[in-house]
Amino acid sequence: MTRIHLGMPAPPGAAPAFPDAAEHSTRDTTLRNNLRHATHTIRAKRAAAVAELADWGELRAAGAAIKDHTLRHLDHYLEQVEAAVTAAGGQVHWAVDAAEANAIVTRLVRETGEREVVKVKSMATQEIGLNEALAAAGITAYETDLAELIVQLGQDLPSHILVPAIHRNRAEIRDIFRTQMSRWGRPAPAGLTDEPAELAEAARLHLREKFLSAKVAVSGANFVVAETGTLVVVESEGNGRMCLTLPETLISVVGIEKVIPSWRDLEVFLQLLPRSSTAERMNPYTSMWTGVTDDDGPAAFHLVLLDNGRTDALADQVGRQALRCIRCSACLNVCPVYERAGGHAYGSAYPGPIGAILTPQLRGTVSALDASLPYASSLCGACYEVCPVAIDIPEVLVRLRERVVEGGPVTVRGTRAVIRPARGHAAERAAMRAARWAFEHPRALRAGQRLASRTRALHPRRLPGPGRAWTRSRDLPEVPAESFRDWWQRTRGDRGTA
Amino acid sequence: MSGRERILGRVRRALADVGEEHPGAAARGGAAHAGGEPGRDGTAPGGAPRDGVARDYLRVHGERTAAERVGLLATHLADYRAHVHRTDAAGLPGTLAALLAARGARRVAVPEGLPADWLSASAATPVPDTPALTARDLDAVDSVVTGCAVAIAETGTLVLDAGPGQGRRQLTLVPDHHVCVVHVPEQVVDSLPQALERLVPHRPLTWISGPSATSDIELSRVEGVHGPRALDVVLLSADASPTAPPSPR
Repeated sequence: MTRIHLGMPAPPGAAPAFPDAAEHSTRDTTLRNNLRHATHTIRAKRAAAVAELADWGELRAAGAAIKDHTLRHLDHYLEQVEAAVTAAGGQVHWAVDAAEANAIVTRLVRETGEREVVKVKSMATQEIGLNEALAAAGITAYETDLAELIVQLGQDLPSHILVPAIHRNRAEIRDIFRTQMSRWGRPAPAGLTDEPAELAEAARLHLREKFLSAKVAVSGANFVVAETGTLVVVESEGNGRMCLTLPETLISVVGIEKVIPSWRDLEVFLQLLPRSSTAERMNPYTSMWTGVTDDDGPAAFHLVLLDNGRTDALADQVGRQALRCIRCSACLNVCPVYERAGGHAYGSAYPGPIGAILTPQLRGTVSALDASLPYASSLCGACYEVCPVAIDIPEVLVRLRERVVEGGPVTVRGTRAVIRPARGHAAERAAMRAARWAFEHPRALRAGQRLASRTRALHPRRLPGPGRAWTRSRDLPEVPAESFRDWWQRTRGDRGTA
Repeated sequence: MSGRERILGRVRRALADVGEEHPGAAARGGAAHAGGEPGRDGTAPGGAPRDGVARDYLRVHGERTAAERVGLLATHLADYRAHVHRTDAAGLPGTLAALLAARGARRVAVPEGLPADWLSASAATPVPDTPALTARDLDAVDSVVTGCAVAIAETGTLVLDAGPGQGRRQLTLVPDHHVCVVHVPEQVVDSLPQALERLVPHRPLTWISGPSATSDIELSRVEGVHGPRALDVVLLSADASPTAPPSPR
């Protein structure tokens, strides 16, 4: 089979490989302090929220099983979604890749005659670069989530799934608001301080006028219920409700893996998601809508179903479990590599452990960045422990390392292909460097080297050294949180200064 | 070929293996696939595939009397900075009037179907919800008073379904102060699974757990961004006494 060009276009600016980006970000003391504070705070709160539910293990197993079942019958459920949404007065569009999705949304906005849209925070539209595509067509997209607003005003990139501006502290945010708000609309109030309440008030005032005048909104969705055609968006601020309710036209761009079969299935995911994500019993606002409703909310509703590499991931028997992801970001908050490197080093909309397995599957492993992502991990397994849908991220990482090092059969844009091994063992070199910056510790580095070398083995289940703890934990249905912390403390406790 | 046909074709090719056991198929330790879920061959043509999911999680987290259920709702609402008040039918107009007056509300949005006597003691000018009432109009309204469809004790959640006394979705979104009346104990369920059973999917639904909030700045929680910054919840018991014994469900 001939060698073919893989994956989607590279992210803007030919992103550097993970170790190079991380080498830069780990030297940024402000960034590291912000990340440490944020991830440790959410981590502790999540553990408390999860501990409230005695049946967490059963919910987690059910969540994984529902997602697996859906993926096994995805064609059936997608057709069901289409029928239900259409019956409820919505229009369904199918987009094979980012370019198609962007073209569809651009056309739909143009048909309204509007030049501005308000946006609910959405991973899918970030993944496809929708804002940039709309801008190229002369349409301005206003992000309305507070963190996304901070990112957009700062001409920056999100670095966390849940809190995209996690890398910014309050003083930086005040400066961004003071200097940038006037370029986009209502300026920041005079004398704005760096108090979070004042900053939130400034955002409220800045965006209110946009909400009241917006005619078109673009959103994603957390879930799409196949049997009813219902879309679900969870949020905290009310910007989601504003976008989903006030405009005349609503366009929702949703990955095909967001489908769940039944209304009842929400009872599992609406318990798993808030506690894993914001560590709340329930997030402040959840909106559910089915097509259009007379005199209540948008009169026109468009659902854009997005593939963009998801069916390629679906074709891999090990890798397809990444499509269970409900984008809670719990794996980011426990990841020692994410904590040090920050989200930007991952070079895509999906940072952290989930990004390390999702991005190379959606985009392929051709670019230096995407080939290095499966090495952005110590395989400690903390991400698997907290994942509410039990994605075995280490297992997929090892699978992708094999793919990078050894090559082999993959599915690329729906076509089976065989990829060659990475040239010059660049991948192993990347792994060494990743281990060095991540741990700054000779023992851990040696472990990383051993782990990397073991990826050539056919069946990477039994690992030497510290990896043995991971192997052991994988045989247990539920791993107490302490087991990882104890292990981590023991192997990392004497880590020197950064 | 249309995008639809291409995507469905890719899905079907990607799933050529299903029906076999494979490592990525099930949650490790999950009981869902014990005995093996039937593969695609087991699907009735045109019918819904059986999901075979083991739903052995709890329907309810703990047993409660009706009074305990209402008490838990109050506790969890307050945890998320909603202000909780209790009254009975006779006391309701006075309670609502006091809550509106405390906010200095001069204009209050009123959904269709809200019992007329609820606002009988308030000096605020009622603004009836009609399709002609725009978001910009609502931006000049101080408060809104509604009922709800169901309330969830375990999560401290109110669900509105745009039914009588609740209004269109934007009614409880644009004004800065929302007063929500919950009939207790009959509108209160223990758990999220029980709430879903009571709701009609095709209605536009808004689930509210405390006032709008953000933690986007250094994870410091700030109440009130775009939705109402103040949420008052009035637990309305049919009984004369706020501490009345629970009525059987």
